[in-house]
Amino acid sequence: MSDTTEQGRRWHDMGGKDAGEIARGEHDFALWEKRVDALLHIAVAKGYFTVDGLRRALEDMGEDAFETMTYYERWIASITQNMVEAGAFTIEELNARMDEVAARGPTYGEAQGAGE
Amino acid sequence: MTVLPEVTSPPFPPPYPTRGARFAPGDTVRVRRGAAPGHMRTPWFLRGRTGRVERICGDFANPEELAYRRDGDPARAVYRVRFTMAEVWGEAAERAQDTIDAEIFEHWLEAADAP
Repeated sequence: MSDTTEQGRRWHDMGGKDAGEIARGEHDFALWEKRVDALLHIAVAKGYFTVDGLRRALEDMGEDAFETMTYYERWIASITQNMVEAGAFTIEELNARMDEVAARGPTYGEAQGAGE
Repeated sequence: MTVLPEVTSPPFPPPYPTRGARFAPGDTVRVRRGAAPGHMRTPWFLRGRTGRVERICGDFANPEELAYRRDGDPARAVYRVRFTMAEVWGEAAERAQDTIDAEIFEHWLEAADAP
């Protein structure tokens, strides 16, 4: 017979659970979100990791991340983790680059190097 | 009690090559009650459920290994398996004879008459 225990079930594997209200509104993607999406395709095409690795890191984040981070916030966190694991860059290099970007200014326009 | 769907398999071969699949279209199979750390493609709600192989999709690298940047070899046969709503949800099924198809890797399936 079927297995009705929940032991080992992970938070994301929610098929069949009560879904509650479904948000049916349209969502216009921000430029940074499109860039995150593009980054995944580039990373996969270059062989750094696959969508399976993306999913692994997403699912490892746990339910809290699902409630507190947006879709592409979770994606960029997962992509970053996978890229570090793949050796694309070191954490030190990542931190140095993030400091560099932050130093450009607080707005997205400034951070992405507008006026360069 | 297991409620099985009717299946009519497509009259063409799998779109991706297979090196020999353990199950054939029409076979009755049960989803293993396994678990994998990291990432698995078999949805929890199908654990222990019995359905019929609708088609063989082809061989694909094992996603549980790919998730850790390994090569996923050997590739495993993937099947499209059909389940009745009665089988999946029991008494809670709104339409008992409606079906759901799921693509499931061979290592997650066992013969329905296995102990």
